[in-house]
Amino acid sequence: MPMIPKLAYRNLFHDRLSLIVTLVGIVFSVVLVAVQFGIYLGSENRIAAMLDQAKGDLWVVALGTKSFDDPSLLSGRERHAVLSTPGVASVEELAVGFVNWRKSKGGSTAALLVGSEITRGSALPWNVTQGSASALIAPSAVAIDSTYFGELGIGKLGDRAEINNMEVVVKAVTTGIRSFTTLPYVFTTLSTARTLLAASPDQSSYTLVNVAPGASIETVRAALANRLPDAEILTHAEFRKRSLDYWLFETGAGAALIAGAALGIIVGIVIVAQTLYASTKDHLNEFATLRALGASAGYINKVILMQAVLSALIGYLLGMVLSLVVIWASQDSTLLIVMTPGLAGMLFGLTVGMCVLAAMCAIFKVIRIDPAVVFSR
Amino acid sequence: MTHSGITMLEARDITKVYRSGAGDVMPLKGVNVDLMAGELTLLMGPSGSGKTTLLSILGCILSPTSGSLRVAGIPTKGLNAEGMADLRRKHVGFVFQAYNLVPTLTALENVMLALDLRGASLSDAPYLAWEALDAVGLSHRAHVSPSKLSGGEKQRVSIARALAGSPSVILADEPTAALDSENGKAVMALLAEVAKDTRRAVLVVTHDHRTLEYGDRMIRIEDGRIASRARRRPTSARGEFDLIEAA
Repeated sequence: MPMIPKLAYRNLFHDRLSLIVTLVGIVFSVVLVAVQFGIYLGSENRIAAMLDQAKGDLWVVALGTKSFDDPSLLSGRERHAVLSTPGVASVEELAVGFVNWRKSKGGSTAALLVGSEITRGSALPWNVTQGSASALIAPSAVAIDSTYFGELGIGKLGDRAEINNMEVVVKAVTTGIRSFTTLPYVFTTLSTARTLLAASPDQSSYTLVNVAPGASIETVRAALANRLPDAEILTHAEFRKRSLDYWLFETGAGAALIAGAALGIIVGIVIVAQTLYASTKDHLNEFATLRALGASAGYINKVILMQAVLSALIGYLLGMVLSLVVIWASQDSTLLIVMTPGLAGMLFGLTVGMCVLAAMCAIFKVIRIDPAVVFSR
Repeated sequence: MTHSGITMLEARDITKVYRSGAGDVMPLKGVNVDLMAGELTLLMGPSGSGKTTLLSILGCILSPTSGSLRVAGIPTKGLNAEGMADLRRKHVGFVFQAYNLVPTLTALENVMLALDLRGASLSDAPYLAWEALDAVGLSHRAHVSPSKLSGGEKQRVSIARALAGSPSVILADEPTAALDSENGKAVMALLAEVAKDTRRAVLVVTHDHRTLEYGDRMIRIEDGRIASRARRRPTSARGEFDLIEAA
């Protein structure tokens, strides 16, 4: 093994207690940042789940719509306006609205009803694990997610409830479709939704437009904007970004998560800087000797940086294991924590960067070292 | 004495002034020193005479306030801290009173560290370090950490470390001060042996008169000035010197 990593490794493991304190700091930081960013990504997934799942190049939405979970009914002439626009391949309407869900055993709760064109092969709902999406074609049939059974007073497939004083029956059950707002999604057909929402037979909340192969999305969008001045025409990416911005930043939820992650990074830097500085002070005589023997400042800096990187590697591995345990433990909870290869990679870079930044204090201490002290001991 | 007549280190009119609020302190007041290849020179003097400051300057650790220094023919004037470090790395080996071995490394690794600094390849370093330890009679203790070595053994490792990479000058700061008589003699004998190599000069700063018998030359420093120079009498037993210059 080359001498720099060897010396760094030996210095690091020489004082086990100091190493443990360093690693606790790094692990704490990694887990905190992983969980905070994991929740952030989980929130993104939940906020954008409907948009990502529904197939649509363009979304016709009511003016001022902030997100998918902020629906308003459109005028009702959108379908024909869209279908008569050159370059449009297909269209699907979604009737979405807040409803009052009354449980069969008493009590009620708010829910978000999502009516889709199931008869035409809509992508909503998905992850159907009991019953089937086609079963929703039956009158007053709805689908709910199994995680909302308790909240909606449902025990099994076939149980009944009331939406806006109209009886519905659960004909399908999905898994893992939770909303960011915590309001349960209730899926049904477009026509049933219109009935339950007291909308006219032509009205919908969103009109999804799929552009024909070869047609320009921007051209179609411009044509639609011209034809539907009372609505907004958004691309999938625009609507997704608008939804994320609203829920994560306008409500402050995302800022809180990012602040939590930043706090984790700061705490990590402080703890690592403190312990690395203390370790460097403990080994100051050795660094002075190295300097006296002719070690360049770069050589000594490399030893300290290597100590920081080794700490980062060990801390990152332990932190990731712990983070994955936390994620695994939370998989059945209402909290969605997501770990992606990208997040893992970012955490690795962040951990190494954090430790290298923390090493700067130690390096500043060492570069001021006077090698002449080797003669005074 | 086997000196080759080659000057490995040449210091001329070295002065050092430390400026402070309480007034200037001048530990060196125009010192001339020549270290010849193949010779062991003893630098002696009372405490506060400027020995350590002179050693720091000769070892390119401190810069003189005025005067010139050449190590292995290379002038130090104008060198910055990194340039001085480079010169130390390539041409100066140190033996310290407190050994200054890295406690987390074994004896072999301590020597390998010096070789690594001097640019030895990863494949050559263990062999060269072993060779250096063998030269000081410690190859059998190569894998022992400094905490398990005796004082004499530590100093021999320190000498092996100084020898590794074959520097032109070896500077030893009170190498026997922390050792008992027997180990002190062994260490001095080793340094005297090292000094026989006509490619290097050895300077030993000492106040230990037991070391006299190992010196080829002796320089006495008092109050920042060279008080006397003496050369070991060729026909005499070790320890007797002929005065060649007195202040």
